[in-house]
Order: sequence, then structure tokens, then C-alpha cells
Amino acid sequence: MRVLAAMSGGVDSAVAAARLRDAGHDVTGVHLALSAKPATMREGARGCCSVEDSRDARRCADVLDIPFYVWDMAARFRDDVVEPFVAEYAAGRTPNPCLRCNEKIKFSAVLERARALGFDAVGTGHYARLSSGGVLRRAADPDKDQSYVLGVLRPDQLSGAIFPLGASPKTEVRAEAAERGLVVAEKPDSHDICFIPSGDTRGFLGERIDDAPGEMVDTAGEVVGHHRGVHDFTVGQRHGLGIRRPAPDGRPRYVLSLEPVSRTVRVGPAEELDVTVLHCAAPVWLGEVPTDCVVQVRAHGGLSAATVRVVDDGVDVALAEPLRGVAPGQAAVFYRPDSGGDVVLGSATIAATSR
Amino acid sequence: MTYLDHAATTPMLPEAAATLTEALGRVGNASSLHSAGRRARRAVEESRETIAEAVGALPSEVVLATGGTEADNLALKGLYWARRAADPRRTRVVVSAAEHHAVLDAGEWLAEHEDAVLDVLPVDPEGRADPAALKALLADHGDEVAVVSVMWANNEVGTVNDVAALAEVAHSCGVPIHTDAVQAVGAVPVDFAASGVDALSLTGHKLGGPVGVGALLLRRDAACTPLLHGGGQERDVRSGTLDVPGTMSLATAVRAAVADVSRRTTVLTALRDDLVARVVTAVPDARLNGVPLDRPGERLPGNAHLSFPGCEGDSLLMLLDARGIECSTGSACTAGVARPSHVLLAMGLDEDLARGSLRFSLGHNSTAADVDAVVEAIGPVVERARRAGDALARS
Repeated sequence: MRVLAAMSGGVDSAVAAARLRDAGHDVTGVHLALSAKPATMREGARGCCSVEDSRDARRCADVLDIPFYVWDMAARFRDDVVEPFVAEYAAGRTPNPCLRCNEKIKFSAVLERARALGFDAVGTGHYARLSSGGVLRRAADPDKDQSYVLGVLRPDQLSGAIFPLGASPKTEVRAEAAERGLVVAEKPDSHDICFIPSGDTRGFLGERIDDAPGEMVDTAGEVVGHHRGVHDFTVGQRHGLGIRRPAPDGRPRYVLSLEPVSRTVRVGPAEELDVTVLHCAAPVWLGEVPTDCVVQVRAHGGLSAATVRVVDDGVDVALAEPLRGVAPGQAAVFYRPDSGGDVVLGSATIAATSR
Repeated sequence: MTYLDHAATTPMLPEAAATLTEALGRVGNASSLHSAGRRARRAVEESRETIAEAVGALPSEVVLATGGTEADNLALKGLYWARRAADPRRTRVVVSAAEHHAVLDAGEWLAEHEDAVLDVLPVDPEGRADPAALKALLADHGDEVAVVSVMWANNEVGTVNDVAALAEVAHSCGVPIHTDAVQAVGAVPVDFAASGVDALSLTGHKLGGPVGVGALLLRRDAACTPLLHGGGQERDVRSGTLDVPGTMSLATAVRAAVADVSRRTTVLTALRDDLVARVVTAVPDARLNGVPLDRPGERLPGNAHLSFPGCEGDSLLMLLDARGIECSTGSACTAGVARPSHVLLAMGLDEDLARGSLRFSLGHNSTAADVDAVVEAIGPVVERARRAGDALARS
């Protein structure tokens, strides 16, 4: 097959490209330039969109002896990932930009362009297992599993995807990179949101969203503080609430909900964060709509057995065990437990929750 | 492999490679007094004389440097500093909009850090800097301008400027003029003295010499403040131990390339014209950028620059590369992201058309088979790139 290997400049995508080549595919490496103004070497910045990452990716492609190009996806990334990210926060929701990037950029804009240019598939360094029949499963390495951020992909998107690392533990991938002479073998994993290399999400949002000050109220309806905008908060957040008075019972308070219209941040005790029903919109199914399954509500953790019921505008998901701190805007990804790796059944966007 | 990117770098001439490799085995600092030093100095000075003779300069006007970027920076900054020091009112720097970044960015740097005012001279739709436009600018600000820089021939679209006319205009206002002739030497006739310019950049690797060696031709009466300070080599304008093997190889290449200009012009013009005609036949809406082919003296013989509506230049590049054809989209930023070329935008192309452009540049070892390879590939490549462009617009 002719495969386009998306190369971020990290160790995972470099090894993925190497394995694709070794498997006999005709591989071309592409680095996606996602920032309109990439940080230069001179600034010494690191982050997903830096010139240094582009260089690292090129260096690996050269060692693998595959053609390498940089594709400018900055405008698409801004329109389809960064701006919706900001808008979601402004609307009191908590988006996952990696998931959106997979859905709208890597396996949409990039895949479409690759197909038009004569490629059969896009290969990435994601940790997930994908069979030729389009069955997506969790990775063998539970710590690295990224099936959650791929769970939003439609069957036609998955049919053009290859994930060569799904069966490998990360340690093995690093060792393989070193063995292959790839200079990125020791490069640290990226953790932050790639377009916020400083890690200061609140600062990033503060520069892009106008202040919309409002009240912070407790479960009794009493005003306990003020805030400059709901975008400063995430459901389940404990620190940085700016409440001077302690709660009467002395227990910590958490953000329970965000109401952008009334500009209200509701806070309360931890147990009030427990929810038992997720109201989800825009479901995507990879097969039959399941009834009993396991749902995951955030990138790491947040799992419960669940029952899915189709309703007019989406699905209601009844949780067997309450989940704490479920933020609207995040994706619910549905799995069928399987000893060969839990199978992704589909996904939906969490619109609201109830206790 | 079909290599049609000679404007980026061209293969070394066998005689230049032989000179270089032979000289690499010898010791000698051209500034030393002992016999090894004397031998080295003699080799450098003979090379300097060879270069000077080939391009119509005096040996003492040849300031050896590492290449075009250094020569351009030395000219812009050195002439600016010296002229401003002599007359503090002169703080304007005039460059054409189609200059290479080595000139443009040096000018911008002067504006940012040295209180210069940068005037960008527009170019016409063929990429030419108009002497009348320079005259108009100097009529208003002639006594404030420290230096003018206009390239001899453009690296992207191959347009050859009327450098002598521009020099005459600059001198009528007492302003020194520099020209970046990196693409011109060895491709078209270049005579430093006859052109009237005060400074001229040339580099080895564009004409069959080694990378990392070039020269600024600098008139003796052109005051130029050095960028590099040290041992005082090269008239104190450019300190640094001389690269003896590189200089010898540069001289060999310059002599050979310049001697071959007339023959090459005939051969490359014919190949280039054939390439353009057959590409336009295969892709009827392709358009040639720059000077029309019926005015050959105004265009570099080896340059074919074409826009393909509806295509992304980097898609075209990738698809041609996959078929073994190596060409260029023009300018790339440091991250390797294709940006619409500032030259094409200055010529009035819209951004989409500028993005969908390719430069094929032929050189001393190009053949009819290279042209055939492009002609054979271009139809399907453009068709596929258009589909990719549509897919991107749709998705």
C-alpha cells in the first residue's frame, strides 16, 4: 500500500513510520504544521508545532530513507480545532482538542488529501489496535492506550487509518527507536495541549475570551464569590476557585456546573459531583447500537458499566456506578469488554449530566 | 533522476571538483610568511585574478566570502553603515520587492536595529524593477538614501533587471548600488565594471563551484564597514583565514562557467522553451510567470516558472518527486512550510495562483531527456494535485 505516515517529530510516530516501511508499504512522511507562527529554534521553544519538532521528524524520515514533506494545516487547525476549543470553554464546556484533531484534521483533511494524492491510508503513532476489518480496540499498553481520542472516528475514517504501535508497550517502542538509530528515542512524551506549549490553558483562554463576570453560588443558592468568566473553570475543579470563606462544614468545594447564560458557577461538596446519567449528542456508531457496554468519559480513567438508550436528540447513558466530575463537552466513548482488547463501539458528546 | 533545481544548487563542474580535491591535501595559510604560506597566497591571488577577469572586475575588487548570503549582508549593512557615518542624513535603504531574503531580511534588520528606513521598490508584473520608479523615489529622497540593492536576475522567475540603468539612476543621486548576481554569473553575461554597480554578490555553488565560497565584488572607492573583525584579510573588509582550496575551485568554476555562457544560453534556451511549450500543451491553463519567451535576453535561459491553477505547489512537488523529478516551489520558510512566494505576490499574482507554482531550473548538465520526463509526468500530476486541492476545499 501507499501509506502517508504522519510524523510529529516524536518517538511514537517515527517508529510507526519505520514499521510501516518494514512491512513493505510505500511510505511517505508528512509533518503537519499546525501553528501559523511556529516557534523558531532561536526562541528555544518546544511544543508540537515547533520548528525543532519539524526538524526531528525530517531527521527521522531521512534515517528511514523515506520522502518527507511538511503540510501546512495551520488554517484548518485554527478553524476546526483551536477556535471550537475556545468557543466550547466560553460556552461552559470542556472540550478535548486531541480528539477533535483526529476527527477533523488527521483523519479528515489529511486523509482526504492523501487519498486524492494516491495514498491508501494514513499511519500514525497512536496506541490503539485496529484490525483490517475496522475493529478498533484498546492498545496492549494500558498506560498508553489512545483508543479514547480515536473513538470519534467514523468507519470511513478508520478504513483509511493504520496504527502500527497498538500491540506494543511504550518501553519497547523507545528501545526500537534507539536500535533503529532514531535520534528521538529519548525525547520526552508530550503532555500539554500542543497549541498551548506553556501549559497555561487559562491564560490562553483569557487572551481570547472576553471577561463575563458572574457569581459563584453554593448548593444552598448563597453567593460565595465572584469570577471573571465561566471559561476559567472545569466541572470537578477544586483549586483556584478564589473563594475566601471556607465552607461552613470545612470541607473542600468543587465546581459542580457552569451556566454561561446566567454566568453562574455552582460549587459544592465532592459527593454532589457524582452523576448517574449522561445525556449525549451526535452519536457515532461503528456497528450495532449497543445496550450494555462500558463507557469512558475522559482521556484517562472515568469508566463505568452503562446502559445506552437511544432518545430523540442522541443517547441517554445510565451508569451502573456513579462517575465523579463528568464535564459536558467531553466525549463518551463506548466499549465492549474483550480479553483481546476492549472493542470501541462508538462515541457521543456529553451534553449534560444528571445525578 | 531528473534534476531541474539548478537555481537551488547545481552539480560541481568536474574541473572545479578536481581543483578542490587536489588542493585539499596541501597546507598553507595565505597570511603566513613562510613558503607554505607564500604558495597558498599565490594560489589565492591567482584565483582572485581569474575571478576578476571573468566578471570584468579588478583583482583588488574581489572580496572573498562564504557565499551569497554573506556577500549580500556585507554589502547592505557595510555600505549602509559607511554611508550613514559619512552623512548622518542618509538612513534610507532601497531594495526591490523581488529580492532574495538575504537582501530583504538584511534590509529589515537595518530598519529594526539600525534606525534605517526601508523603501521597497515595487516590481512590474514580469518581476522587473523599473529604473523610472527608482528615479522617482530618489527624486523625493535622494539625499536620504544610503544604499540601493536590486538583484541582477531573480532566483524564482528568472527576470533579468537592467542593472546598468538602475546604477546610473542611483549614481545620479550619489547613492551606492549593490546587486545580487548570484543567479546571473555563469548564466548571462555579467561585467562588473560596465554595469557601473558599486558592489556585486556571487557564489560558487550556483555556477558549478563548491558550496561555502563566494565573493562580494566591491569597488575600491565604495566605503564599506566590515561585519567580521579579526585578522584584517580582504582589505580589512572581511577578516578570516582564506579558504585556499575553495577559492581555487571557485575560480576554476567561474572561469569555466563564464566561458561557456554563450553556448549554454543557446542550449538551455532551446530546452527551456521546449519544456514550457510542451507543458502548456499538456496542461492548457498553466501559465508562465515572468518575462515571455519571445524576449529571451530579459530572462535567465534555464528558468521556467509556471503556475497551475487549482493545485497546491507542494502537492505538485511531492507527486513529481515520487516520479523522480526534482524541482522547487520557490520559497520555503524555516519550518519547511510552503508559503506563497513574496516575489509572485509582488508581481501581482493572487495567493492561490502563487501557491500553485513550480520552478524548473535547468543547468549545465540538463538534457532533452529531462524535459521529456517532465512533459510525460506533468499532465497526470496536475490532474491528481487538482483532485487533492478539491478534496481539501471540500473536507
